[in-house]
Amino acid sequence: MATAPKANIVREDLLRVEGVTKIFDGAVKAVDNVSLTVATGEIFALLGGSGCGKSTLLRMLAGFETPTKGRIFLAGEDITDLPPYKRPINMMFQSYALFPHLTVWENIAFGLKRDGMPRDKIAERVEKMLALVQLTKFAQRKPHQLSGGQQQRVALARSLAKRPKLLLLDEPLGALDKKLRETTQLELVNIIEEVGVTCVLVTHDQEEAMTMASRIAVMHEGYFMQVGAPDEVYEMPNSRQVADFIGNVNIFDGVIEEDEADHVTVRSAECMHYVGHGISGHSGMSVGVALRPEKILLSKEKPTGDYNWCAGEVVEMVYFGAHTTYHLKLASGKVIKAQELNNTRDLSYGLTWGDTAYAHWNEHAMVVLTQ
Amino acid sequence: MKTPLKSSLRLSEKHATKSPVTMAVSPKMIKWFSQSWMLVVYVFLYMPIVTLVIFSFNDSQLAAVWSHASLRWYAALMKDNDLISAVLLSLKIAFLSALISVFFGTFTAFALNRYKRFQGRTLLSSMASTPLVMPDVIVGLSLLLMLVSLQHWLGYPERGLFTILLGHALLGTAYATVVVTSRLREMDSKLDEAAMDLGCQPFQVFRLVTLPLLVPALVSAFLLTFTLSFDDVVLSSFLSGPGYSTMPMVIFSRARLGLNPTINAVATVTITVVTIAVLASSFYTSRQERNRKREVAQAYSDMNK
Repeated sequence: MATAPKANIVREDLLRVEGVTKIFDGAVKAVDNVSLTVATGEIFALLGGSGCGKSTLLRMLAGFETPTKGRIFLAGEDITDLPPYKRPINMMFQSYALFPHLTVWENIAFGLKRDGMPRDKIAERVEKMLALVQLTKFAQRKPHQLSGGQQQRVALARSLAKRPKLLLLDEPLGALDKKLRETTQLELVNIIEEVGVTCVLVTHDQEEAMTMASRIAVMHEGYFMQVGAPDEVYEMPNSRQVADFIGNVNIFDGVIEEDEADHVTVRSAECMHYVGHGISGHSGMSVGVALRPEKILLSKEKPTGDYNWCAGEVVEMVYFGAHTTYHLKLASGKVIKAQELNNTRDLSYGLTWGDTAYAHWNEHAMVVLTQ
Repeated sequence: MKTPLKSSLRLSEKHATKSPVTMAVSPKMIKWFSQSWMLVVYVFLYMPIVTLVIFSFNDSQLAAVWSHASLRWYAALMKDNDLISAVLLSLKIAFLSALISVFFGTFTAFALNRYKRFQGRTLLSSMASTPLVMPDVIVGLSLLLMLVSLQHWLGYPERGLFTILLGHALLGTAYATVVVTSRLREMDSKLDEAAMDLGCQPFQVFRLVTLPLLVPALVSAFLLTFTLSFDDVVLSSFLSGPGYSTMPMVIFSRARLGLNPTINAVATVTITVVTIAVLASSFYTSRQERNRKREVAQAYSDMNK
C-alpha cells in the first residue's frame, strides 16, 4: 500500500470550495451545495459511483463548467469566473487526451509554449519532466506509438510541466488493466509527492482512492456523505450508504437495549451485539450494526458467551487465493459474509458447503449506524 | 437461364430451414449467382468508359465505327484551343471553388459542431444542407435571377468566371460542411479541453489542435468539391457568360452537334489523370494505416520486453 501523507500535518488551505451547486438545464442537480478545503500538498479523492457529481465538481475546478451557485478560491483568490486557460490548475484526463499530431516532447512542451516561456527554458523543463516519468528515450514518438502505461505517464508529465498549483486527476488509472494499475498507482503517488503538488482526484474505485489519497470525500447524488482519511471512512462510516459503498459490510438491523457511556448492546433478529464503546443514541432506538467480513472469525465449535456470535449454514464459498469469503445463511434467513485468511495450504477450517459454522467477533469490530 | 436458377434458390431457402442436407448444393449456386451478378454490374458500369477509351484511339471520323488505331484525335486535341482553354478554365474554377468551399465549410461545420446554442443555429444548420437536396436546376435558376437583377441595379457582376465560381462555391460549401462535420463529430472533445487547460485561448485551440487534426477531412472535402465543380454542367450553364465555357459545357454542346472523337480523347485524358490520382491516394492512405498499426503493435511489444 502506498503511504500517502496523512492530513494531520497542519498546512495552509490551498483550495476552498464554498457552497458550490451546479444545476444542468434548470432541473438536474449534479452538485448540491458542496463545500470543501484542500490543504497544500494533500491528495484529495472524490469517490462515488457514476452520476454522483464527482466529475462535474472536478470540471468546475478546471473551469470547464461554471457553478450555478457558490465560489471557488485557489490560494485565497476567487477563480470561479476565470476561464480554464487562465487558471493555475492543470488536469490529467481520463483518456489522457494527448494530442495525436504532436510528439511526446511537443505534447509536454505545449502548455509551456502558450506561456511564452523562452525556448531553452522549455527544453530544460521538458527534459526534466521526461526524466521524471522515465520516458526520455521516447521523446520523439507520437502518442499512438506508446503503450497505455506510457501514454498515461506522458499525460502526467504534460499536466505537471506548467508547475500547476493544483493538479486534477480524472480517473487516473481507469484506462489501464488491473496488473499495470497497481504499479502505476505507486509510481503516480511517488511522482506527485516528489513534485509536491496538491491533487484532487476523481475515482469510482475505492481501492484507488484509499491507496492514493490522504483524504476521501464519498459523494452521492451531488453531495458529500462523508469526508475523512481512508481509515476513518472505512472503519468509522457515518451512514449505511458509506459503509456499503466502501468495501463489503454486513449490516444487522436492531434496537438499542442498553445505552451506557462505555458500551451499548443492540438486539437484532440474529443475535445480541455488545459494542465496546458509547454512541450518541438512546435505548429503544433503531440502529444498524455494521460489521466488516474480515472482522468475523469462523469456527466449528459453538462460542461461549451471550454476545457477538451467531450460527449459520455455509451456502457459498468464494476462493480468492489469499482469503476465502464464506456466505453464511443464518436462522433468520439473512446471509452474512465472512472473510477468512487462508493461512495454511490445506483449506482452513475444513468448512464446506452445507456445514454449520459459528461466526463470532469481538466488541470493537462493529460500528453502530444511526442513519 | 434465369428461371431455373431463381427457383433453385427459392428451393434451397425453403429447405434450409427444414433439412440442412440439401444445403450442400445451394452455397455453390449462390456463389455462382453473386459472382455473375457482380460481373454484370461491372460491365454495366465500366463498359461505356472502356468503349470511350478504345474509341479515342480510333482513326475514323465517325465516333461509332472502328477503322484502325491512331493518335489522330489526340493530335487534334492539342490544336483544339477552345477545348484546351475550357479545360483550363474548369481546372481554375474547380480549384478556386474547392478552396472557397473548404474554407467556409470548415467554419460552418465548426460553428454547428462546437457551439450548441446561438441565435439562428437551426436556420444555419438547415441552410447549410439545403443545396445538397435542392435540384441544381433550381439553384442555378434562382442564382441567375438574382444575379441578373443585381446586374440590373448595380451594373455588377458581369456573368463569367466570378458567377460560376459563386454557384460552385455555394454547392461545394454544403458538401464540405458535411465532410468536415462528420470528422469533427468523431474527434475527441477532450482534446479541446486539454488544450484550453494548458493555456490555449479558444482561437488557439482551433489553430493548434482542431485544424491540424482536421487536415485529412479538409483534403477529402477539397477533392470532393473539386470534382463536383469540375464536372458540373447545370450551374455553369446558368451562370456563365460569353467567353466562359467550362469543359463539361463544351463537351455537352459538341455532343449535341454530333459526336466528335476529340471529345473521346479529352475524356480519356481526364479519366487517366483521375485514375492515377485515386490510385495514388488510396495507396498512400492504406500505407499510412499499415504503418500506424505496426507502430501501435510495436509500442506494446516494446513494453513487454
